Amino acid sequence: MGRYILRRFLQLIPVFFGTTFIIYTLVWAIPTDPFAGKCGQRPCPASYIEVMRAKFNLGDPLIVQYFKYLGRLLTGDFGETFAGLSVGKLISTAYPVTVRLALIAVLIEAVIGIGAGVLTGLRNKGFLDNLVLVSTLFLISLPVFVTGFVLQIVLGVQWHLISPTVSRAATFGELIVPGFVLGSLSMAYVARLTRTSIAENRHADFVRTAIAKGQPTKRVVGIHLLRNSVIPVLTLLGTDLGALMGGAIVTEGVFNINGIGGQIFRGIQDKEGVLVTGIVTLLVLVYLLASLLVDLLYAVLDPRIRYD
Amino acid sequence: MRRARSITWLALPVALVLAAAGCGSGGDTNSAGSGGESGTVSIYGTEPKATLLPANTTELGGNKAVSALYVGLLAYRPEDAKPYNLMADSIKTSDAKVFDITIKKGWKFHDGSEVKAKNYVDAWNYGAYAPNAQQAASFFENIQGYADVNPPKEGDKPTAQTMSGLKVLGDYEFQVTLNAPFSVFQTKLGFSAFYPLPDAFFKDPKGFADKPIGNGPMKFVSRTPNADIKLTRFDDYQGENKVHFKDLDIKIYSSQEAAYSDLLAGNLDFMEALPPNAKVADKYKADLGDHVLTTHLLGISTIAIPYYVPGYNNLDLRKAISLAIDRDKITKTVLNGSYVPADGWISSGIEGYQPDVCGEWCKFDPAKAKDYFQKSGFTGKLTIASNADGGRKEPLEAACASIAQTLGVSCEFVPSTNFGAFRQLADSHQFTGMSRMDWSADYPSIEDFLTPIYRTGGSSNDSLYSNPEFDKLLAQADATADKDAAIKIYQQAHALLAKDLPSVPVWDEKGIGGFSKNLKAAKLNFQRQAEISEFRL
Repeated sequence: MGRYILRRFLQLIPVFFGTTFIIYTLVWAIPTDPFAGKCGQRPCPASYIEVMRAKFNLGDPLIVQYFKYLGRLLTGDFGETFAGLSVGKLISTAYPVTVRLALIAVLIEAVIGIGAGVLTGLRNKGFLDNLVLVSTLFLISLPVFVTGFVLQIVLGVQWHLISPTVSRAATFGELIVPGFVLGSLSMAYVARLTRTSIAENRHADFVRTAIAKGQPTKRVVGIHLLRNSVIPVLTLLGTDLGALMGGAIVTEGVFNINGIGGQIFRGIQDKEGVLVTGIVTLLVLVYLLASLLVDLLYAVLDPRIRYD
Repeated sequence: MRRARSITWLALPVALVLAAAGCGSGGDTNSAGSGGESGTVSIYGTEPKATLLPANTTELGGNKAVSALYVGLLAYRPEDAKPYNLMADSIKTSDAKVFDITIKKGWKFHDGSEVKAKNYVDAWNYGAYAPNAQQAASFFENIQGYADVNPPKEGDKPTAQTMSGLKVLGDYEFQVTLNAPFSVFQTKLGFSAFYPLPDAFFKDPKGFADKPIGNGPMKFVSRTPNADIKLTRFDDYQGENKVHFKDLDIKIYSSQEAAYSDLLAGNLDFMEALPPNAKVADKYKADLGDHVLTTHLLGISTIAIPYYVPGYNNLDLRKAISLAIDRDKITKTVLNGSYVPADGWISSGIEGYQPDVCGEWCKFDPAKAKDYFQKSGFTGKLTIASNADGGRKEPLEAACASIAQTLGVSCEFVPSTNFGAFRQLADSHQFTGMSRMDWSADYPSIEDFLTPIYRTGGSSNDSLYSNPEFDKLLAQADATADKDAAIKIYQQAHALLAKDLPSVPVWDEKGIGGFSKNLKAAKLNFQRQAEISEFRL
């Protein structure tokens, strides 16, 4: 177990170098000059462009630029944006917000998704089953921005239940509706996956044995059936946490959340290589850690799984 | 029985979500509070693209903060864009080359130090000096000695640190000498690059950028990148354009749509432009009622026909294209009436504007268009290039369709991924067809619509238009010290454009904004900004 975790952590090192390099190169492969549209309809003064190019090492070959960036990164300096803001500071304000948003989304997915899946899986066919199937189909077919705008306008502008946008503090309470929007698609998948998984395992030998032993239904479903059925769902949720953090661009835009999705989008548009690389590298690390956590949880749920 | 219970289980989390969401709205920190002189006004903002220094701010996002934090020698009246002396006591010149400027006494920076003549001179020298890399450096190019501090050729080192044309004559007086007479220089002085900087800036420029100190009606409180910039009233401000509220909150939005929802819900007080979805079928009029603002923006939209594209240096083709665009129909339908057809190369709000300079060429006339097209002998495909975001695509596609339909030629809209990519093509003269050329004035003068775009070697002369007669008229007007006489000559130059059609005027934007029910009054100025002194809670 300990060696397995250590091995997984060591794997993070090459991944870190690989992703930073690929992302850094990709951002600079976008065929636009970052200073072309900076000064409005007039071209920027030559003096401005010259100083900025020198400051961001843009005159060097790409590989030299990358290693200069990496050198600074290893000392904890994430660099600066073209507007002179510290990337480290930008990340430290945006990251917690996105983490909160993603956690809420995953929580909603897990609670509502698994709940609905278990209920319908235990009793397929019937009104409840159809209701869940139809409503998940509805959610799957709606693009996220539609769900977002509808909830924003109905709950925020018309009913005044929520503020249409999220304030700077972005508290958990404010993020519930955006989290619901963000998680709605995966929630539908989780519900369907759980439903199928439960329905399959319901007739498995170990469940029948448990019932035959005369155990109460609560224990049969909660301990024997759910624990075995939830493994594929857990894989989905774990990888989703990473996907939700990076993929929150639309939701963040609709509710004006100052998270990393919007930062990446702006960064790519303005060719802020330093900003994009910094954020995405951290995203990759989160993704890797989340999948490590999921792998470890398998053993907790199913003792037959061993790591060695 | 069982069924009923299970539905309750499903309903519970949903109910929880809604209940908690209801609590969430309580966390809102914003919206105009108690009202009157002590209230807060929040305005729509975008993330500044550079440090908040006057000479480094060339875009609207940063300018919102800069124009509240600083004031200059002149300001422009929001109604008609006429310049008036704000910090200047007098600006005297006899030859439009040497300007004697005296400033009013007793004005203070936010740190308590007095604004003196040297604060202007030092700030301008800082802005122009090449190694300081200020984005608006070229605005100082008329001043004598600019070439020594900011050599035109890339790679050359500056030979001086200060411009020889700037002389401090006393605490409240300084002299500006230009390298050639330039009658519009005085009007230019209201532009943000010409604002003063306090002594504190020169001691620690880096730290200053995080906490700017200005001399304007509002002082800096705090800034959170991508979230907000907070300013508060500076009570020692001496100018006539004082503000009538306490705190200004510039809220940064990543989309206009989100901001518009906030405006309707009363979480945001002012937007200087409305998102396209609000303009469809005049939805904003129903939403905002009498809280809609309109203004005359000093800008003009044209379609440039670059001279360097093979086959495009052809006057008949230019005439045919211009005649083939149904400006009336496109402004009314595709643009939802937020634009009016253009009838010249100058915005109709500017001093010296004359109606119908473009004349017959800007009127839709399919028969005549076809005649000229045949005469031109042009074969092949026409294209119009632009960045596709921000609602740029739809009107140009409509113009292209109008041209194609009228002339029986194929016409295609060529999108660029973003403004930067589009400007890169423009700056490097790599268009392969026509392109969008939207211009908005930096300072309210007829000159600003002609020199940068159409003078030989002009900073935004992307089409490489060159007409010696036109250049001669501009030079003559620049050297005419009397303002009215100068305008007359600029008008003659403007009229020349109708002969050459270096670009095709298409439309002129009406600025449409709105304010929330928290505000009693607000005003939108010609620069598409809130006139903050006009806010009333």
